[in-house]
Amino acid sequence: MTGRVLKPARLTAADVLRVGAVGLRARRTRVVLSALGIAIGIATMVAVVGLSMSSRADLMSRLDRLGTNLLTAEAGKDALGQEVKLPKNAVAMVERIGPVQQATATAQVDVRIRRSDVVPEEQPAGVTTQAARADLLTALNATVAKGRWLDGAGERLPVTVLGAVAAERLGITEPGEKIMMNSRYVVVVGILSPVELVPQLDRTALVGFPAAEQYLGFDGHPTTVFERSPDASVDDVRAVLARTVMPGNEGSVKVSRPSDALAAKAAADKGLTGLMLGLGAVALLVGGVGVANTMVISVLERRQEIGLRRAIGATRGAIRLQFVTESLLLSALGGTAGAALGAAATFAFATAQGWAVVVPLWSLGGGLGATLAIGVLAGLYPAIRASRLEPTVALHAA
Amino acid sequence: MTVIELRAATKSYPGGVHALRGVDLRVGQGELVAIVGPSGSGKSTLLNLIGTLDRPTSGTVRVAGHDVGALSDSRLAALRARHIGFVFQHFHLSPGRDAVDNVADGLLYAGVPLKERRSRARVALERVRLGHRLSHRPSELSGGEKQRVAIARALVGEPDLLLADEPTGALDTASGEVVMQLVHELHARGTTICVITHDHEIAASLPRRIRFRDGAVVSDSRSGEAAS
Ligand SMILES: Nc1ncnc2c1ncn2[C@@H]1O[C@H](COP(=O)(O)OP(=O)(O)OP(=O)(O)O)[C@@H](O)[C@H]1O
Ligand SMILES: [Mg+2]
Repeated sequence: MTGRVLKPARLTAADVLRVGAVGLRARRTRVVLSALGIAIGIATMVAVVGLSMSSRADLMSRLDRLGTNLLTAEAGKDALGQEVKLPKNAVAMVERIGPVQQATATAQVDVRIRRSDVVPEEQPAGVTTQAARADLLTALNATVAKGRWLDGAGERLPVTVLGAVAAERLGITEPGEKIMMNSRYVVVVGILSPVELVPQLDRTALVGFPAAEQYLGFDGHPTTVFERSPDASVDDVRAVLARTVMPGNEGSVKVSRPSDALAAKAAADKGLTGLMLGLGAVALLVGGVGVANTMVISVLERRQEIGLRRAIGATRGAIRLQFVTESLLLSALGGTAGAALGAAATFAFATAQGWAVVVPLWSLGGGLGATLAIGVLAGLYPAIRASRLEPTVALHAA
Repeated sequence: MTVIELRAATKSYPGGVHALRGVDLRVGQGELVAIVGPSGSGKSTLLNLIGTLDRPTSGTVRVAGHDVGALSDSRLAALRARHIGFVFQHFHLSPGRDAVDNVADGLLYAGVPLKERRSRARVALERVRLGHRLSHRPSELSGGEKQRVAIARALVGEPDLLLADEPTGALDTASGEVVMQLVHELHARGTTICVITHDHEIAASLPRRIRFRDGAVVSDSRSGEAAS
């Protein structure tokens, strides 16, 4: 024996982890149950963030594909409340605006649509008729799902192309069938895929401008003008669009940017995401309380182990570290399982929706960070209690 | 050289319990001491003071030249980790882990690396004649074997001082004899040992006996100088 200064040895990191894991390995059921709370919280948060990011990314890529440079000018009502009509040459005038690359139009046509004249049915709710220019499809980045579009001779013939919803409401699944417009049979030559930028068109039966004038008593005045220009010029065009289509009466023209509606949807989703994140945080908090509870009980049960460790040379600090590590491992276990679960849920759901899967690293990192913080917080009080136990008292309770 | 020295050491608990009432005691290096006395006479309290698990209410306790009352908690822990080994009546083994891991824990807080802890643990288990039970868990061992594992854990760090509180108290006679044989072997190798016992035969077989009653030493006898 020497009179040397006594200095306690420091445990290596590996030993700290090993000692911290001892208590967990001995009580597996309890460990799984209390880690479960943390796992549920983290999984919720990771999945909520992942799904909201995935859906937003999907929306962004759709906007990218559809373009955000489309503007519409729609005829509204004048100061006296009278429906106004755009001039027949509105499209030509819009084409004359410098940056405009493409302009087209649709027009509301007052027509009574029925499935057939045999059964006196009511007009299907919400299906209207519109005259459409042949270049409408390309301007809107819309596609035909079945059959063909109103190009070539189709523009002048008594035929129609139905929007997706209109086709469904009329009960038409294949081109070639006929519907009645006023008292005339019209062949359905095509059915459109949903028009993402202008969903109103999904509920219409489209007819060529010349055909509408010839067969449906249409006066040839457009109601909505669509135009595209380079992204940088959108604001400039917007400033003059109403004045151009309706010189002298621009107040009765409503100009809008259809892509704004899609972007607004992304913003609306944010509120829900916040709510779900809040729920996840509550679950996480409850999980943290569960871990703290488990640790407090663990310390009470393991007084003898603590006393023995003190007898074989553990400092108070070493005991504290042991229990904080144990709590940390416990909640890290839940956190890791939760992050994996959340990522898997995001993957499954986003894939089912046809979205690209986005699980941001910051959400995984944030989740694990929160887990570790909870582990330390939940473990600190029990650990301090453990370290304050008198070794003699702890050994007593045999 | 004096390993243990108590001067007027007292220990009182709240409520007027005087577990030790002024004990003076010296134990030299290499001694093997039996501590005997009726239940409640203060034997365990004394052993806790010597083992630095507790501090005296008044008086001084010196172990290996260090004044226990003057050392910080972490210094005391280091003293226990390097110089003192404990054996308790109820073994205090870690239930889920095998004999080697339980014994290796005896070196954990002395800063010995894992591989060396394990290899030294195997050697210590051989010494207590448990070489054939290395990977058994406590639940797979008899009481006597458990106590031998606990002894291996206490001696794996080659302590200068071994303190045993009724090491045979929970064992049958045969197992108790094996344990005492190990104690004698350690003594022969120069370790200073204090053993609390209620067993008269065991007490009589040890070279020095300190008898307690009501927290005070009532007799301190040696069986011939040759024994120490
Ligand atoms: N933590 C404590 N608080 C209060 N009193 C205590 C405490 N520990 C021991 N005592 C009391 O101190 C006295 C001595 O106890 P101690 O454990 O030293 O006896 P002992 O000689 O070891 O007895 P036994 O042979 O039964 O183990 C007893 O009266 C006991 O009740
Ligand atoms: Mg006792």
